[in-house]
Amino acid sequence: MSWEAVIGIETHVELSTRSKMFCGCVVDFGAAPNTNVCPVCLGLPGALPVPNRKAIEGIIAIGLALNCEITERSVFHRKNYFYADLPKNYQISQYDVPVCHDGHLDVEVDGQTRRVGIERAHMEEDTGKSTHVGDGGRIDAASATLLDFNRSGVPLVEVVSRPDIRSAAEARVYAQELRAIVAELGVSDARLEEGSIRFDANVSIRPEGSEELGTKVEIKNMNSFRSLERAIEFEIARQIAAVEAGEELVQETRHWDEEAGETLSMRTKEGSSDYRYFADPDLVPLVVPADWVEEIRSTLPELPEQRRKRYAGLGLDPKSAEILSASSPVIRGLFDDALDAGAPAPAAFNWLTGEVTAWMRRTESEPSNLTGVRVAALIELVDTGVVSATAAKEVLEGVLAGEGEPRAVAEARDLVQVSDRGELAGAVEEVLAANSDAVERYRGGEEKVIGFLVGQVMRQTGGKADPKLVNELIRESLAGNG
Amino acid sequence: MSIPNTIAGAARALRDGSVTAVDLLESVLERAHLTEAQLHAYLNIDRDGARAAAEAADADLAAGNDRGPLHGIPIALKDNMCTRGLETTAASQILAGYVPPYDATVVTSLREAGAVIVGKTNLDEFAMGSSTENSAYGPSFNPWDITRVPGGSSGGSAAAVAAGSAFGALGSDTGGSIRQPASLTGTVGVKPTYGTVSRYGLIAFASSLDQIGPITRTVEDAALLLQAIWGHDPKDATSYPGPYPDPAASLGAGVDGLRIGVVTELAGEGYEPAVESAVADMVAKLQEEGATVVEVSLPSFEIALSAYYLIAPAEASSNLARFDGVRYGLRVDGETTEEMMARTRGQGFGPEVIRRVLLGTYALSAGYYDAFYGQAQRVRAAIRADVARVFGEVDVLVSPTSPTVAFSAGARVDDPLAMYLSDICTIPSNLSGDPAMSVPIGLDEQGLPIGFQVMAPSLGEETMFRVAAEVERLAGFDARPEIPVVAG
Ligand SMILES: [Zn+2]
Repeated sequence: MSWEAVIGIETHVELSTRSKMFCGCVVDFGAAPNTNVCPVCLGLPGALPVPNRKAIEGIIAIGLALNCEITERSVFHRKNYFYADLPKNYQISQYDVPVCHDGHLDVEVDGQTRRVGIERAHMEEDTGKSTHVGDGGRIDAASATLLDFNRSGVPLVEVVSRPDIRSAAEARVYAQELRAIVAELGVSDARLEEGSIRFDANVSIRPEGSEELGTKVEIKNMNSFRSLERAIEFEIARQIAAVEAGEELVQETRHWDEEAGETLSMRTKEGSSDYRYFADPDLVPLVVPADWVEEIRSTLPELPEQRRKRYAGLGLDPKSAEILSASSPVIRGLFDDALDAGAPAPAAFNWLTGEVTAWMRRTESEPSNLTGVRVAALIELVDTGVVSATAAKEVLEGVLAGEGEPRAVAEARDLVQVSDRGELAGAVEEVLAANSDAVERYRGGEEKVIGFLVGQVMRQTGGKADPKLVNELIRESLAGNG
Repeated sequence: MSIPNTIAGAARALRDGSVTAVDLLESVLERAHLTEAQLHAYLNIDRDGARAAAEAADADLAAGNDRGPLHGIPIALKDNMCTRGLETTAASQILAGYVPPYDATVVTSLREAGAVIVGKTNLDEFAMGSSTENSAYGPSFNPWDITRVPGGSSGGSAAAVAAGSAFGALGSDTGGSIRQPASLTGTVGVKPTYGTVSRYGLIAFASSLDQIGPITRTVEDAALLLQAIWGHDPKDATSYPGPYPDPAASLGAGVDGLRIGVVTELAGEGYEPAVESAVADMVAKLQEEGATVVEVSLPSFEIALSAYYLIAPAEASSNLARFDGVRYGLRVDGETTEEMMARTRGQGFGPEVIRRVLLGTYALSAGYYDAFYGQAQRVRAAIRADVARVFGEVDVLVSPTSPTVAFSAGARVDDPLAMYLSDICTIPSNLSGDPAMSVPIGLDEQGLPIGFQVMAPSLGEETMFRVAAEVERLAGFDARPEIPVVAG
């Protein structure tokens, strides 16, 4: 039998607001434990939550970027469960009326566009952090548990996709695209390694063509896009093997073990946990008027997908459009400015994602002396033969080093090509006269000898001749004398 | 030197120089010294803090820095309001020794108004109860008869005010916890419109119902104390932004031309005859003063109690989840974190709190939510609609505050349902969010106070106080309890 995987992704995005979701405490993960805390985020008796407007703006921006509907009156619910790092023993979250619902995200996989539905994006607060010490750090054997509430109450947005994903590769691209969007919006650091964006996957399998959903397994603990893809691949294979061996799958949460390369059962869900959700009576419905949504929409940056389409429209091939879209804002800004200054898109792309990006990496600095106009000027110097492609790299170095406009740099560094026919004709004649052997061989049909002759002229002119023009002059000369 | 016995009187005496804030405080401490052994109104009297505050109040006033009517007035706080540096237990073992690092907003307001905080008063644990017998630190007793309860859950605050060991006190009212003890102790108790007094720093029982309010000896004093504590608080997301009515604006304006509704459902079986006849007499007097009296029916009031005993425990089950032994208060060790939490809660909570937490947990459980909590919310909506309809026809509603006068200590301890019925008249206003207050109108043949409830639509405090002041004038109630002083 042939099997189909059904995958949904739950993404937690930690917003990089200055203060927490329901109190004024600073969000700062580098701080000493329990220093950014107050009665509210410690769950002290009598403390009350007040929503952070900036966080609401963040989730609205994410919702709009994911083509969601924004709810005018959404509701905060309490999700009740006892856990030591959850100070109130309930998490303020959203349940049946989230801020954002019914959106979608288009992802490109193997040149195909796939639309992944977004069921919802809701606002919630993060928990504190437990560290188990002694006896190997496992919770069941720990001699003590240390609690740090600096993270308690940090705003979290949970984005829940529909189970529209069909392969591990698709899941990876979806996650990468979502991360790129969140980073572009500037609402989160969106760093996987630091946990400021976290992905959990719900994976099930079903016979190809079936409409029913199989037993769902939730996988956690993937700390990179690669591990997300590997974990899902492993899980699909595990489920197929299990079912084909006649085993019954259990609905459960499994942990991805990066080293072992497998998912391991954490605990079996006894049905689904009863969180006793109810509307938080300490909070009033969250009202998001349409004009607020429009205000946020008007400040949204260009998103990766829109950018890729725009670049493609400017004449970049899809692969280049994708590379440029994923480049740093500095590079993208220079690209747009260079095009405004008249540069052709492919050349600007090559220079910026090639030489300029390499220079930035090498020097670990920003190209502050480069402008779009200078990129365009550099390209023009090459196109009009004023400098050679090789010399242009040196010109760029000079520009980046702050030596001025490309032409001025080329002149100061003596890199301008001799492209005056008259000036070069003499050198060509001299070289032909001095290399009669080669001339004979060329005439005898040995075409490639011309490269040698061009090299000789270049040598004669100290490398400043325009090689294309030299080539042309040699051919003309030999043809005329023949 | 004669010490006035009202806030308004003391405020005048302070300004004409006949008393000082220290005098007022010493008189209150002396009363407490004489009566606390019998009443146990206070859990904790902050003598040092109060003396320092009284001295500062005198110095401030002498320097011409007059902070208004509460300046220098000794006020008691129910011990479910957080006080920075002063133990706050909500009368629970689970918070024994807990010292909050911050002041509740009402406490900040009182301090800014120059009030002198005498101490923390007794209550039913986490405000769950109607007799102050559910305190982990022992019950309070009624100044009018020390074999009887003072009502609850703000019984300590009401007893302190009735006994003269505070000029006024703050209570909290979730289902009648200010008004019912006021009624049972012959004091004035006000539950203001939901959202007008900040809940920040009030240890939550049921967030959508809890409201702080004053307990005083007179209607005017209640207005003065209310004005000092209410107002918009950005720390409470449910706080009402304004504008606020002026509860003192129409004191003394009488009731001529007002329409008063007598609630049909709040009478009959379970109501003591003395209570019913005192209320009827007062209604007749109000009519003589020019009020139009009509009988109104609010059928939803009949099921208010059932709805309340689902909504309040449901919210409480979640609000009280934070008391787990992890960060503060009692911790009873266990082999695992879960065991530690379970043991802490099992030992730290009293039986009534456990009963309500279990009830509330059940009401919110998957599969039961809609039948219990969901249904209760629909009843609540029906009550709101019912009340809104009636307030289109009348200016205020009146009823007994409590179906009975103070009952004997221990009489209802083993019968939770009988205890719950104590709040039958007061619960509807909590469910609708509207203001209501109790005014003493006399004593029954046993010498026990009877309270008269005035209910108004949301933000209708001006009219509510206007009617209450007239009730107070017509009742002419000025009796004071005689508390037997126990030697030693
Ligand atoms: Zn905080």
